[in-house]
Amino acid sequence: MADAGAARTSAAGAGGAEGGAHAGGYDPMAAKMGMWLFLFTEVLLFGALFIVYGVYLHGFTWQFRQGSARLSIPVGAVNTAILLTSSLTMALAIAALRRARQVRALRLLFATVGCAGAFLAIKAFEWAGKFTHGVYPGAGFLLEQTKGEIIFFGLYFTMTGLHALHVLVGIPLILWGASRARTGAVNPERCVFLENAGLYWHLVDLVWIYLFPLFYLIS
Amino acid sequence: MNSRTEERHVVPDSLYVWVWVALLSLTGITVSAKYTDLQHLAIFAALLIATAKAGLVVLYFMHVRFEKPIFAVMILVLLATYGIYIGLTFVDYANR
Amino acid sequence: MDVAAGAAAPDYLRAGRGLASWLTTTDHKRIGILYLVAILVFFLFAVCLGLMIRLELFSPGEQFVGNQGYNRILTLHGITMIFLFIIPSVPAVFGNFFLPIQIGANDVSFPRLNLASWYFYIGGGLFALGSVILGGVDTGWTFYIPYSSDTADNVYLPILAAFILGWSSILTGLNFIVTVHRLRVASMPWFRMPLFVWALYATSWIQILATPVVGITLLLILLERLLGIGIFDPAKGGDPVLYQHLFWIYSHPAVYIMVLPAMGVVSEIVPVFCRKTIFGYNFIAISSLAIAGIGSLVWGHHMFTSGMADLERIVFSLLTFLVAIPSGVKVFNWLATMYKGSIRLGTPFLYALAFIFLFSVGGFTGLLQGALSTDIHIHDTSFIVAHFHYTMFGGGGVMFLGALHYWFPKMFGRMYHEGAALVAFTLFFVGFNCLYFPLFLAGLAGMPRRYADYLPEYLVYHRTSTVGSWIMVAGIALMIANLLRAFFKGRKAEQNPWGGATLEWTVPSPPPAHQFASPPVVTRGPYEYGREHASG
Repeated sequence: MADAGAARTSAAGAGGAEGGAHAGGYDPMAAKMGMWLFLFTEVLLFGALFIVYGVYLHGFTWQFRQGSARLSIPVGAVNTAILLTSSLTMALAIAALRRARQVRALRLLFATVGCAGAFLAIKAFEWAGKFTHGVYPGAGFLLEQTKGEIIFFGLYFTMTGLHALHVLVGIPLILWGASRARTGAVNPERCVFLENAGLYWHLVDLVWIYLFPLFYLIS
Repeated sequence: MNSRTEERHVVPDSLYVWVWVALLSLTGITVSAKYTDLQHLAIFAALLIATAKAGLVVLYFMHVRFEKPIFAVMILVLLATYGIYIGLTFVDYANR
Repeated sequence: MDVAAGAAAPDYLRAGRGLASWLTTTDHKRIGILYLVAILVFFLFAVCLGLMIRLELFSPGEQFVGNQGYNRILTLHGITMIFLFIIPSVPAVFGNFFLPIQIGANDVSFPRLNLASWYFYIGGGLFALGSVILGGVDTGWTFYIPYSSDTADNVYLPILAAFILGWSSILTGLNFIVTVHRLRVASMPWFRMPLFVWALYATSWIQILATPVVGITLLLILLERLLGIGIFDPAKGGDPVLYQHLFWIYSHPAVYIMVLPAMGVVSEIVPVFCRKTIFGYNFIAISSLAIAGIGSLVWGHHMFTSGMADLERIVFSLLTFLVAIPSGVKVFNWLATMYKGSIRLGTPFLYALAFIFLFSVGGFTGLLQGALSTDIHIHDTSFIVAHFHYTMFGGGGVMFLGALHYWFPKMFGRMYHEGAALVAFTLFFVGFNCLYFPLFLAGLAGMPRRYADYLPEYLVYHRTSTVGSWIMVAGIALMIANLLRAFFKGRKAEQNPWGGATLEWTVPSPPPAHQFASPPVVTRGPYEYGREHASG
């Protein structure tokens, strides 16, 4: 690790091609590009599931509508609003940090985490309601429904579950960003860590933007 | 193209707030459109609105509008590839 | 530590001592060596499994493993060779070692992530081996639904292994793309990059854009087994063919993950050993991207007999023929490079020639399968087995060995015995054809693949093939012995034993821990010989 530090200092003096920072040096463009490429893999992870969804929506259009009717639109809409708001607070937090307004940035980050928690709480409440009505994979009640509905809820739990898992991962990630912003490790000069956390968070929002209409609004 | 220093594009906070307002309005539209009688078009309309929302998030919240063009190019490569995956899968399912 | 890379600076092998210095290294060269060791171990393990398959098929009837044992050996052979050997082989070993050097950088963009990829790789490998301890798996490496969700064997471990190895592959690809964009020296524009770098860049994009699809698909199998979500279960409305779509959306492009880097190595070796600038540099560079792009359009040709729509089969058949074009562009350019060159038949060049021959055989027989009507006849016969061994092993595998012989002096600063290498190559090449070519004929005659038994009519093919496997393994054994001997007491290699013009030949053999004290200045293309050397 010691030589990584040495490389970092030497990088400051070296020129380069597109960015030209030597390996180990602080290169926000590289970090951001890496994060975007990682997000591409996330998009395709969900993307494959959306293809599965599309294929079965094509095959079971009416039964998907019946399945969708079992979901509560207000709950989904409130969760959408919560996630969109958390995206706003995240973007504002980064903007605040860039203007060196640390306290405001921290407050906004905590607001983001609060929204994430609220989203998960509502989601848990929603899932629990489904469970008590016997709507979960392998439940006797669900297996008595049409094939399309079995698939619909199989996909519903898989996709919203994977999404909720991403929200869950986002919370410690943002808190980590907040703690680094507090100590000054993330500062107006070096804030790509927080920006990348933000990119991740916006992607979580992005996935939900598609999940919401496809599951809640097709009845 | 030396950019070892941070990109210093300052976006006013009001822009983010306006984007947020637009996103919430589009959500409102898509929910209320559900109750109108659009039948099969409903799914396409909902997807169209979702894509508009996704575009806003990517361009403004995720800053692609203010980044170097290479990011947009890479995103287009992603979308083209994903489009191929969807397209060729549906050549099968639409013709079964 | 001072970054000055004078002659006095210790080389990367001696820059730190002890196992811990290796297991915590972030030096791309050392990580390449870590991969090399691990990959060779898995490769030899899988070779032994392949040998067992051939021994079982030496005579009709049950020999020594039986049907179920055969299925499990077959599966493990496939999983190990594909996920643990060919996919990471050239990029993870030689890409890690030489990509940064070839673009004038001191490391990749994310060195710690690079080390993490290796640990993912090892973790995935241990999961795969763990499945052996739990009795093995009999699904085949493709994990086809519905069998993989029904079988009594433990498929959790190998599926998790494939999932984890997928992430290892993705992280390596991510690292390479960012490294090429951000750390290339200012004096090297895109079209002055070595073709090996182009090939790795294209490969990395496939790794990013295809691997996640199979990752989530494999997880869906786990969910199917654990919770019965029904997505691929016909009893609950699911469609098993959809699994095949998703599986091949990754696994066909994965073929190009295996073979594109190998093509990159050929493009390095051919001009160096012909002392001639590569013919059609731009075409080879672009054809790498074209293969990556078109490779994502053809997955359906694995499913011609699976019950897809007729239109879909025609479309995929047509698209399949397209992918032969960029591969053909490369082959013709290599041949044109050799034309009127002053050829030196060194061992690496022989491997490159073997690649061109074997991959062409594999490629042309691939077109037979791409044609719908012939595919109906040869589908699921040993013709397919022969075809993909010619393309995968004759392609990716052979060039892994070729790259090892080409870059060995640079990596270890020692030279192997060229005579022994030549004998090993000859045994390998003869054994290879003897092993796999009869399987084409057996397949055309109707021998199904994945069977532990066969009718007496096929005896001559299987016997020849098994004898071929012994010859080939003898060649591999001699090759490994030769390289090991060279590692310990080979004569010292010069800085540039082959007379290459790419940047790795401008640094000492083996390179110091920090190969470039200051960014090198590139004043000419990577394959321009005869002019004065690039200043270092």
